[in-house]
Amino acid sequence: MRIESQQAFERFVAQARERSAARSRQVLVCCGTGCLAKGSAKVAEALAAELAKRGSDVPVATFTKKTGCHGFCERGPLVVLQPEGVLYTQVKPRDVAEIVEKSVIGGDTVSRLLYKDPATGRRTARYEEVPFYQRQTRVAMRNIGRIDPADIDDAVAHGAYQGLATALFTMTPEQVIEEVEVAGLRGRGGAGFPTARKWRSCRAAKGDRKFVVCNGDEGDPGAFKDRSIMEGDPHSVIEGMVIGAYAVGAHEGFIYVRDEYPLAVVHLTLALEQARSHGFLGRNILGSGFDFDIRISRGGGAFVCGESSALMRSLEGRVGEPRAKYVHATERGLFDLPTVLNNVETWADVGAILARGGAWFAAMGTEKSKGTKAFSLVGKVKNTGLIELPMGTTLREIIYGIGGGVLGDRPFKAVQTGGPSGGCVPESLLDLPVDYEKLTEAGSMMGSGGMIVMDDRTCMVDVARYFLKFLTEESCGKCIPCREGLHQMLAIFEDLVAGRGKRGDIERIERLARGMQLGSLCELGKSAPNPVLSTLRYFRSEYEAHIEEGACPAGICRDLTAYEIVEATCNGCHACFKVCPVGAITGKIKELHVIHHDTCISCGACFDVCPTQAIRTFPKKQLAERTVA
Amino acid sequence: MSASHVADSKPLEAILGAYPAEEASLIQVLQDVHRAYNYLPCDVLATVAKTLGVPLAKVYSVSTFYKAFSLQPQGRTVVKVCTGTACHIRGAAQLVDELERKLGIKPGETTPDLGFTVKTVNCVGACAMAPVLIVGETYFGNAKAARLDSYLAAGEASDAD
Repeated sequence: MRIESQQAFERFVAQARERSAARSRQVLVCCGTGCLAKGSAKVAEALAAELAKRGSDVPVATFTKKTGCHGFCERGPLVVLQPEGVLYTQVKPRDVAEIVEKSVIGGDTVSRLLYKDPATGRRTARYEEVPFYQRQTRVAMRNIGRIDPADIDDAVAHGAYQGLATALFTMTPEQVIEEVEVAGLRGRGGAGFPTARKWRSCRAAKGDRKFVVCNGDEGDPGAFKDRSIMEGDPHSVIEGMVIGAYAVGAHEGFIYVRDEYPLAVVHLTLALEQARSHGFLGRNILGSGFDFDIRISRGGGAFVCGESSALMRSLEGRVGEPRAKYVHATERGLFDLPTVLNNVETWADVGAILARGGAWFAAMGTEKSKGTKAFSLVGKVKNTGLIELPMGTTLREIIYGIGGGVLGDRPFKAVQTGGPSGGCVPESLLDLPVDYEKLTEAGSMMGSGGMIVMDDRTCMVDVARYFLKFLTEESCGKCIPCREGLHQMLAIFEDLVAGRGKRGDIERIERLARGMQLGSLCELGKSAPNPVLSTLRYFRSEYEAHIEEGACPAGICRDLTAYEIVEATCNGCHACFKVCPVGAITGKIKELHVIHHDTCISCGACFDVCPTQAIRTFPKKQLAERTVA
Repeated sequence: MSASHVADSKPLEAILGAYPAEEASLIQVLQDVHRAYNYLPCDVLATVAKTLGVPLAKVYSVSTFYKAFSLQPQGRTVVKVCTGTACHIRGAAQLVDELERKLGIKPGETTPDLGFTVKTVNCVGACAMAPVLIVGETYFGNAKAARLDSYLAAGEASDAD
């Protein structure tokens, strides 16, 4: 059924809401990639089967709904009972019968499955009361976890396409651009370019054939907000793109999805079909006379394709090599025609802005960075998962308030933001309000919202080497400063972590970094030295220790680190013996264990499992001294 | 490029029929070919080049640029170790090392019996369960090197389903 007028749209929304209200009793099962990997599909099946089996015992008809990522991946699989909002964590299929019996039928809660605050030990029944959710403000992720991404009816009942209706029925394309300008929306892919300015210049560009592109090639390691949006609320992306297309006068759109996100492709494909059949996409959208359609293109697995001009080459069927930025994509982009390219999260924000007004959006955030921002909070932090907060929230609030602090209460060392183009922010800057400018001033950047928390067991030289290796593999090779600069810099780092560092290496690194920043063609190369420069800026002493003393202060670099068991602390639990991959640990249960240095490969597996912290690292070169002694 | 002959050209015909014969279809066609044949056989690439009107050299260039493509036959079970940042700092390197010890191959290589191919991937976006190992289609979160045997067995079994 295609909707062909404003009245028909309003009627459809009212009907969708009625249908949704009739299903007020719902069991929501998170089926995002994280929970799926932990077996949530089986939990959903078991719930549906148990509800069917109990049949008439269930007082009110109850529906099982598979939703997108709820964000609290750490505690998955997650199950939420509506309308009460009871949250169950780490649910297994064998828990299902009890949930149905006690909770769905009995109206009580299964307390052992409720969220337990690690700080207070108190259990929390309701979803909204869990600190992880309580402190968030969700705009781009407004419907994720609430709706069934495979059901357009459910999406519309929760407000999808309201922004599109407002734009098409009440506004001119120019007014749409003005509204986005009032909102102060900036690109959520990381660079933060004002969205309205981009749209306006594309609208002004000559030519009848224009394109709108969604960048879903979320390549930054440690970032997965775009994946969750595409999987959990694909209609928000589609709605934003139709609005953008209307604003710039484009009739063809592409969503470029990363090859590693198969579920996102499935959900987007389904959502596109449903949007088309309901008249939100295709010819004469909602009877407005405006035509626009979207195709999905799967990426080939190349990080550089997250760069806009490389992505467009890839859409053309070519290798993803960027081109110089003096060619503006808004004038000559995809197939050399005017193109607007925005990130998944940016598109998801657009629908909400049109529905609720630019002023509402601009009321959140800081002076120059408006609205909210999605982050994936990962690494050595207690509550890992996906969050969305107003711009300007401090790192401390994010890591300690929402994240619950560092895993195992170890000392905080740094948080890495912005992926391979970003940097590491140290403890002294924990009170930094997070926005585009502040992160850049700190030597990092917003990037696509990955926040990787690092504790004292993280070597900053190794982290820099990790990103260099990543970028060396991913550099497209087109321009020499990036291709050769990375290669040479990595060679220096391989020496540093192996104890072959020389005096003057730091200066050599800095010189190379300057060359790459000045001479590289695209942002991949220009920003490639960031992880190196930011770790040098805040953790220079660690570099010096690698060079001068041939030691890794964090005890991570394998060639520089040896492990031993402290006699007084070892309780003989045998855990280290079990995890050692090379059999370098001997000892009987309840007796002192010993690490044999001739076979030990310094992998650190024993360190991570020891319950009594009886394993200690020391510089490997001391081994020789010990043998002599 | 040596001429390795693929007996069954039926999947190729179906794939080529599904896309417009133009350069812009190249990556999508290669992805489908890779799925159908489990790699990109040389003679198939020649047919793709001819049908889409793209020089074979360009097809080769695209085939070697993107990580999703391999010109060598892949193992029946593909083992992927996520080496994203979160996995890196939570010990992904231990998994890579253990795989090398167990299977005798480095990332990017395939066992001689075509049983396993080991790959590293830059973040699968499941960072909350880092480190992540994917055997076939099965994800293993908080993966431990010491439990590799059970992951491989479980992943192989579910692939056979």
